[in-house]
Amino acid sequence: MAFSAMKERYRNKINEVVLGATKEEGGTRGYTVTVGGESALPFLHFEGEIPNRPIVALEVWDVAPTDWHESFTTYFGDVFDNPAQWAKKCVEEYGADVIAVRLKGADPDVADASPEDCVKVVKDILAAVSCPLIVLGCGKAEKDNQVLPAVAEAAAGENLLIGSAEQENYKSLAAACMVHKHSLIASSPIDINICKQLNILITEMNLPAERIVIDPTTAALGYGLEYGYSIMERARIGALQGDKMLAMPILGNVGHEVWRAKEANISAEDMPGWGEQPSRGFLWEATTATALLQAGMNIVVMRHPAAVALVKQNITELMKPTSFEE
Amino acid sequence: MALTGLQIFKQLPKTNCKDCGHPTCLAFAMALAAGKTSLDKCPHVSEEAKEALGAASAPPIKLVKIGVDQTVVELGDETELFRHDKRFYHPTAVAILVEDTEDIAARLADFNDLEFDRVGLHYVTDMVALQCTSGDAATFKAAAEQVAANTDKSFMLICEDAAVMEAAAEAVAARKPLLYAATNDNYEAMTALAQKVECPLAVKGNGLADLAELVDKITKLGYKELVLDSGNRETSQVLADLTQMRRLAVKKRFRSFGYPTMAFTSKEDAHEEIVQASVYVAKYAGLVVLKAHKKEEILPLLTWRQNLYTDPQKPIQVEAKVNAIGDVTPDSPVYITTNFSLTYYIVEGEVENSKIPAYILPINTDGISVLTSWAAGKLTGEAIAKALEENEMEAKVNHKTLVLPGYVAVLSGSTEEASGWKVLVGPREAAGIPSFAREHFAK
Repeated sequence: MAFSAMKERYRNKINEVVLGATKEEGGTRGYTVTVGGESALPFLHFEGEIPNRPIVALEVWDVAPTDWHESFTTYFGDVFDNPAQWAKKCVEEYGADVIAVRLKGADPDVADASPEDCVKVVKDILAAVSCPLIVLGCGKAEKDNQVLPAVAEAAAGENLLIGSAEQENYKSLAAACMVHKHSLIASSPIDINICKQLNILITEMNLPAERIVIDPTTAALGYGLEYGYSIMERARIGALQGDKMLAMPILGNVGHEVWRAKEANISAEDMPGWGEQPSRGFLWEATTATALLQAGMNIVVMRHPAAVALVKQNITELMKPTSFEE
Repeated sequence: MALTGLQIFKQLPKTNCKDCGHPTCLAFAMALAAGKTSLDKCPHVSEEAKEALGAASAPPIKLVKIGVDQTVVELGDETELFRHDKRFYHPTAVAILVEDTEDIAARLADFNDLEFDRVGLHYVTDMVALQCTSGDAATFKAAAEQVAANTDKSFMLICEDAAVMEAAAEAVAARKPLLYAATNDNYEAMTALAQKVECPLAVKGNGLADLAELVDKITKLGYKELVLDSGNRETSQVLADLTQMRRLAVKKRFRSFGYPTMAFTSKEDAHEEIVQASVYVAKYAGLVVLKAHKKEEILPLLTWRQNLYTDPQKPIQVEAKVNAIGDVTPDSPVYITTNFSLTYYIVEGEVENSKIPAYILPINTDGISVLTSWAAGKLTGEAIAKALEENEMEAKVNHKTLVLPGYVAVLSGSTEEASGWKVLVGPREAAGIPSFAREHFAK
């Protein structure tokens, strides 16, 4: 039988979300970065538009991490104590498209940094790099509700991407993003209904859908990656088929999950059957990211420069147009 | 084209004899239409009906076997485009490239060691892909014999010169290697060879249109044990090709693509190969051939394959019996969790991280997670009490305190009542275990 390519035509496309704002737009960024906008499943250029490539964010912490694998010292040891320099290095040497500032120090069990301390770190990083920023809280809702609105206010107009809003805790963050002109990450616990519901709740507060990015929860390779993968894939298919409350670009906290896995960290001496740690570690991160990019992830938050290089190269290759001779 | 359940039903005996295992002929017809059973399960179907239904009831993608005995590799027989719609069945086979000019024995010793144990599972690297780099029939044949002698695993032979391939294929035919590949230039000779030695045959096209024509020419010659390669090597185009082949086979029953597919990595750098191969594992390759061969490179790839091919409806379970983590003593704490593999291994990892030896007692919840099993009434105070007793925990430790997952703190009362043990409510997330353990159990 003669081959004739089968092309899906979708009714909807993914929202385009802009990160950052230039001087003309009320911020101080040197440039903005746009994610989303695709009208096809990941990288299937033959049947739809994929106007923006997925982007890679490198994590920068407000405090020097004490629990990162020692192999990170080679890359960041000289800047761990200086978030602004750390961010600069990520952009200039390791190819980060944007910086994801994680305010880990705000955690009462880490350094219990005050909202003022956190604001200063974000301001310093804004001054040090010209790329857009993602700002992530410490993960403890009570503290994040103090810290993130303060950051939003101090950086008003910068169009940060701030996270995370959750089903039980979205109002103060959504309001802060509304008032101070930022975008918001809405996270849901591997549950497509909650993902959708949260988007409805946030848009009902009048934050435009084009300022929401969803984080449907990422799991690391070997630790439930398939659950995160399938939820992302389902959300993306639902969005393309017309569900506007799922049509947000997707963010994945890849590095954060991966580097908790034993497989990324354990030495070859302790686990001889698994090979050498350095490449096993960054391949664990790169493979997790590569898999999720195939499910629709638009923003990959990563840690290891070697993994970033691999993933960025993979994205470049996958962005090459495809066609069929018939 | 696929027939509907009713179209199939019309061809069945309509006796509702139940011999096929379905309650009625209509139910059987519906199952056939959904690709959930095969026509041969009906012992009474007429020859005419068989012919009429044969093509329509054949699986959308043929099952093709490479190799023999326990290490046989099964490819194809997939029915879905997305694993959440049902599941993927036959995990992408991973083949490691070895050239006939290399030290075969040394490479094979390495290859045989590419097996891994993690989270209670055993991962296997499936195949060797022996490439004829020498161009010499005798060298290739000797290398093929060496591969056969040095591993029990399945393998494939890569050579487009039919005469060179013939010598090697005949020498190791009993092992049923995959012969790679039939092309426009050699397909008649290659097909004849595959038929003669009864080995599966790879078909390499020059793009999909060309591949479809070539497959048709080969099936006309009467051979159908095929594995398809579009011939493209650029990541983006290979993704497009693999997607089209799967889609056309499953959704349009396009017979020319009703066979498993394969892909080759094109990178020189091993790390880049793993990333490229991960794309092909995600999107539909039945077999992927790569040069990377170190443990730290192959383990992430095999883990991704394992994750993707798990049945979304059947969570993987661990045995519901107590496990000692580290050098436990009678003073060691006792953590309760469920026997959902993912939950268990995350807890185990964090208990290890805490550096405080402990017992972990997974409760049999049929492999579902803490909150879900609590909601389903499978994680209860009684179930915990029973597990404590069955595992003789009172004899193992000198205290009667257990750590309950924070999410089910609500079970504290019923657990204490049913077991007589004291409950210490632990953190909600496993990540909180190290600091929890330091606070409560550090000497």
